[in-house]
Amino acid sequence: MATTTHPKQSLQVTAAKREARRNKLVSGLMYHVFVGTLGLLMLYPVFWLFSSALKAPDQIWTTVNNLIPGEIHLENFANGWKGFGGITFATFYKNSFIYAGIGTLLTVSASAVVAYGFARIKFTGRNFWFAVMLMTLMLPGQVLMIPQYIIFSKLDWVNSFLPLLVPRLGGDVFFIFMIVQFIRGIPIELDEAAMIDGCSKVGIFYQIILPQVKPALVTAAIFSFYWAWEDFLGPLIYLSNPNLYTVSVALRSFADPNGITDWGGIFAMLGLSLVPVLVIFVFFQRYLVEGIATTGLKG
Amino acid sequence: MNDAVSTPQALPQRAATPTRVKNRDFKKNNLVGYLFISPWVIIFLLFGFIPIVISLGLAFTDYDILGGGQFVGLQNFQRMFYEDTRYAKSVIATFKYVLASVPLRLIFALAVAMLLNTKRTGVYFYRAAFYIPSIIGGSVAVAIMWRQLFGREGLINALTIALGIGKVSWYGSPTNAIWTLIFLAVWQFGSPMLIFLAGLRQIPAELYESAAIDGANGWRKFWGVTLPLLTPIIFFNLVMQMIAGFKVFTQAFIVTGGTGAPLDSTLLYSLYLYNRAFASYEMGYAAAMAWVMLIVIAILTAISFKLSSYWVFYENKEV
Repeated sequence: MATTTHPKQSLQVTAAKREARRNKLVSGLMYHVFVGTLGLLMLYPVFWLFSSALKAPDQIWTTVNNLIPGEIHLENFANGWKGFGGITFATFYKNSFIYAGIGTLLTVSASAVVAYGFARIKFTGRNFWFAVMLMTLMLPGQVLMIPQYIIFSKLDWVNSFLPLLVPRLGGDVFFIFMIVQFIRGIPIELDEAAMIDGCSKVGIFYQIILPQVKPALVTAAIFSFYWAWEDFLGPLIYLSNPNLYTVSVALRSFADPNGITDWGGIFAMLGLSLVPVLVIFVFFQRYLVEGIATTGLKG
Repeated sequence: MNDAVSTPQALPQRAATPTRVKNRDFKKNNLVGYLFISPWVIIFLLFGFIPIVISLGLAFTDYDILGGGQFVGLQNFQRMFYEDTRYAKSVIATFKYVLASVPLRLIFALAVAMLLNTKRTGVYFYRAAFYIPSIIGGSVAVAIMWRQLFGREGLINALTIALGIGKVSWYGSPTNAIWTLIFLAVWQFGSPMLIFLAGLRQIPAELYESAAIDGANGWRKFWGVTLPLLTPIIFFNLVMQMIAGFKVFTQAFIVTGGTGAPLDSTLLYSLYLYNRAFASYEMGYAAAMAWVMLIVIAILTAISFKLSSYWVFYENKEV
């Protein structure tokens, strides 16, 4: 029976196939229109920020709903860069790069060292310390903020980068945890082989583990940089000398709602401060996405 | 992620093959172990443990950085709960903020994650677009922009005028102002979205196939398959977002000007705590506030875990 109706059936099949293909095309189109519009809406404020940075200062509020600037005013960047109180943004960027750069270096290297200790070396009290460490994740920073400030001011560290950098010598619990998980995924046979060759624990860490956990280190470095770059409360508390302001604290003073005249310069500096973050995102998106998906980082 | 230090469980198996190397590997190595974890331990003791102890002591004093302090017993707490009307307002504002922003954020995160859980081309591009607000959202720059967005001449009012609603006074009205912060929080749904997306990818396709054979439509599949299997992730996101919500500071400080205006309607807890500690230097009182915050977060987390057994579905119960 199947053989006799074959020609007709195949005709029907191709018609159905064509229909299905058309439906797929239509639904695909609808999908892209819908999700694309939603994505544009989400990013609209960001586009608006960058577009305002390019507009003539007196046009920003009169052409609010116009995303394309009438004429490009790049001098907003030069004007904004001048900063305030005789201090230019060159100083603020230098400070931010000191904080975020050195901070990231300290955080990531310390985290890797500590993570190796927890993941691969057996010692009395290991489980205890690991549990204590995870418990500190629950602790709101607000509880530590005040006594830390008192300690740092007694040490005469206020108005220096020390209160922001020294605590990073201990690593970051989130990253330590992430790297521990990562190290556990590395076959222990690699360590054992190295040990047969006479490698010490330190040697194994450097030669076997570190190259293997590179992706986790990159993820940690990106987040660490982001958090320091965007940190506001820390610099706000510890850096009251304008010469030490980081970009985030400087922007807040710069955009003081009471004394604003040059909105072009302000929007230019707002946009510029996001550029490092966005550039890193474009190049390292994969590490970020995996870091969040696997560990719930940044919640 | 299910067990704290899992290597000991793997050790007995390897003990069965006694070679010299493995024995050496087994031997506890206290010196090297503590050497490796010492950076964290030392920093924790100095800048974590000692501050916790100091903070607990401070909570019972009227310490300020200039003049020292004296033991005042439970006075700080009495003042907090019975006398300080701003404190009550800040608690109300914080709960309003958390109760509105956390569920909205998670609903958006899940909805968009489901939209992006497909193999269509361009989906990675969309994922990036939806995630960008989250990576820049904590910054001062975005907070300042957000402030302008809702200003009198801002973009949002241009929109409300176009929609015929007219100009809305976002910062002049105590009921509206908190919503600028809630919207800002909801806008940053990227991280829970990525976590949901990873969870959705884990749901076996066979489950949907057998649901389809049983005649389930899309809606039924969502309620019968997707949602139950996602409950552990929803729970994780819920707890994490709730804790984060209580700690929000930068946005409240910048968007509504740092004073909690208008009428303390945006005086989020962390903002008030900061103002007490570093604007009026009442560090004893602020320390007491921090401990109340810690205890409230701990209690809410514990309640969430207790309640979770009623609605969170774990596939492999033995874990």
